Amino acid sequence: MNIAVIIPMIVFLAIIFAIGYWSSTKLTAGSSFINDYFLGSRELGGFVLAMTMVATYGSASSFLGGPGTAYTMGFGWVLLAMTQVVTGYFVLMILGKKFAIMARRYDAITMIDFLKARYQSNWVVILSALSIIIFLFSAMAAQWIGGARLVESLTGLSYNTALFIFAVSVLVYVTIGGFRAVAVTDAVQGAVMFIGTLILLIAVIIAGGGIPNIMNDLINENPNLVTPFGTDGNLSMAYVSSFWILVGVGVVGLPQITVRAMSYKNSKSMHRALIIGTVVTGFIMLNMHMIGIFARPILPGIEIGDKVIPLIALETLPAWAAGIVLAAPMAAIMSTVDSLLILVSSTIVKDVYLNYIKPDADLKAIKRISFGITGALGVVVFLLALDPPELLIFLNLFAFGGLEAAFIWPVVLGLYWKWGNKYGAIASMIVGITSYVALHFYNNANGELFGVHTVTFPVVLSFIAFIVFSLLIGRKAYDYNVKTIK
Amino acid sequence: MKETDWRFKIANREARIGLGLAIFNFIWWFGFAYGMGSRPVEEYTYIFGLPDWFFYSCVVGFLLIVVLVIVIVKFFFVEVPFDEEEDER
Repeated sequence: MNIAVIIPMIVFLAIIFAIGYWSSTKLTAGSSFINDYFLGSRELGGFVLAMTMVATYGSASSFLGGPGTAYTMGFGWVLLAMTQVVTGYFVLMILGKKFAIMARRYDAITMIDFLKARYQSNWVVILSALSIIIFLFSAMAAQWIGGARLVESLTGLSYNTALFIFAVSVLVYVTIGGFRAVAVTDAVQGAVMFIGTLILLIAVIIAGGGIPNIMNDLINENPNLVTPFGTDGNLSMAYVSSFWILVGVGVVGLPQITVRAMSYKNSKSMHRALIIGTVVTGFIMLNMHMIGIFARPILPGIEIGDKVIPLIALETLPAWAAGIVLAAPMAAIMSTVDSLLILVSSTIVKDVYLNYIKPDADLKAIKRISFGITGALGVVVFLLALDPPELLIFLNLFAFGGLEAAFIWPVVLGLYWKWGNKYGAIASMIVGITSYVALHFYNNANGELFGVHTVTFPVVLSFIAFIVFSLLIGRKAYDYNVKTIK
Repeated sequence: MKETDWRFKIANREARIGLGLAIFNFIWWFGFAYGMGSRPVEEYTYIFGLPDWFFYSCVVGFLLIVVLVIVIVKFFFVEVPFDEEEDER
């Protein structure tokens, strides 16, 4: 592998480390350590907030898997990917100011803190902590594997060495710097993704001889490629539209995204983040997926979708520029992994340890356990990723949609519907996850039920469960104005 | 019971605006994609080289949403303090 490709990546890693170190020097020594380490003291500005949301959300699939599928399926898949533009504004507009106010009032550091204060129920806490730890831990491991494979394919190092490099890079800056390091590195990683996709798109259009030329090649090969219906006409309207839930509005229920909606400084940061977030999400998704489809006439016959982007970058760009562009998927994976790591760690430290094991832990113990758990989690994920067990791969399948179905209503309705109570929340989480798992098996065996993505019905069912149980058992209006003592 | 926090009225209104924008976004996206994209390929026209349904649904749709978000944020969203402030002291 070309050394010129590797140098930009090394520079990129060096910058990330520098930020991690800088963040660790900003950690306060005072009693607000937990708030600082896991939430950056709620001081994110608009730009960093927008970027950390986009970067956390944009993962390996936006940069490798998604464009790879667009390569095979044509414009229908780009259409599908564009359902993600909504995430740029939806999460912040829906959770919005009410979430920011309530989170401060409850003194909530994690999403579970919010649920705990709103529903006053240990069962809600235990159920949500368990689902976050199990599912997001698996999701994190899957992303590490993806990151290592990418390093492997770019540098020619063995999988284990690549994994080691990847693991050490992420672990060091997350462990020492906490949430602030995650958010600020996300901003840099987001910027790398933004610039990387733009360079690559231009290079691909030039290499293909202009867009009209590329379009002619596509139509000559298979006219279905330029329709919204996929190569064989098998992307149905219902299926593509159901991604509005999975990768669009449902994202509101993902804990790693939700926690960001309580981390910003003031209304001004939120307003600015709304604009920047929408622009950046749409720009990256549109560009990356168009690159995928435009790559087809230039490099026909790529069998493995994940390789489309690395191959096309090396084909159309000089080595050093390819290095910069390929730092983008690397950045996307790292910025997803780091957020999951700090989130799972905060769940264990704040929601389990401080709630149930040792509520009176002193500052020194809290510090030790925070660094310790974050580091230990990383080491465990590393060891598991060396030879990923089947169970891990299996659990990862539910990480995204399953968590959305579990959390979307307890969070959103908990915020806006005064009749929502703990029975509704517990029922909603159980129904959401179990129906997701059950439907997953059904769809695997029989094809998608009613032709829509698995996530659709569990989200509807958990909504019904929330409403019905809230009204049937222990019906009582919640007073949002009462200050709850933590 | 205290009267409702004035900030919540603003927050609720803004959440409703967000919901409305998402619904509009969906209709625009769906309408152009499947309204124009369902014609036979031979009838497609191309704008900047892109198929017309895709250009309107995804490219124009995206730019329009950006403009709408800017307008909404600048003219309809209100800045409120987040911390429990003066009224308690």
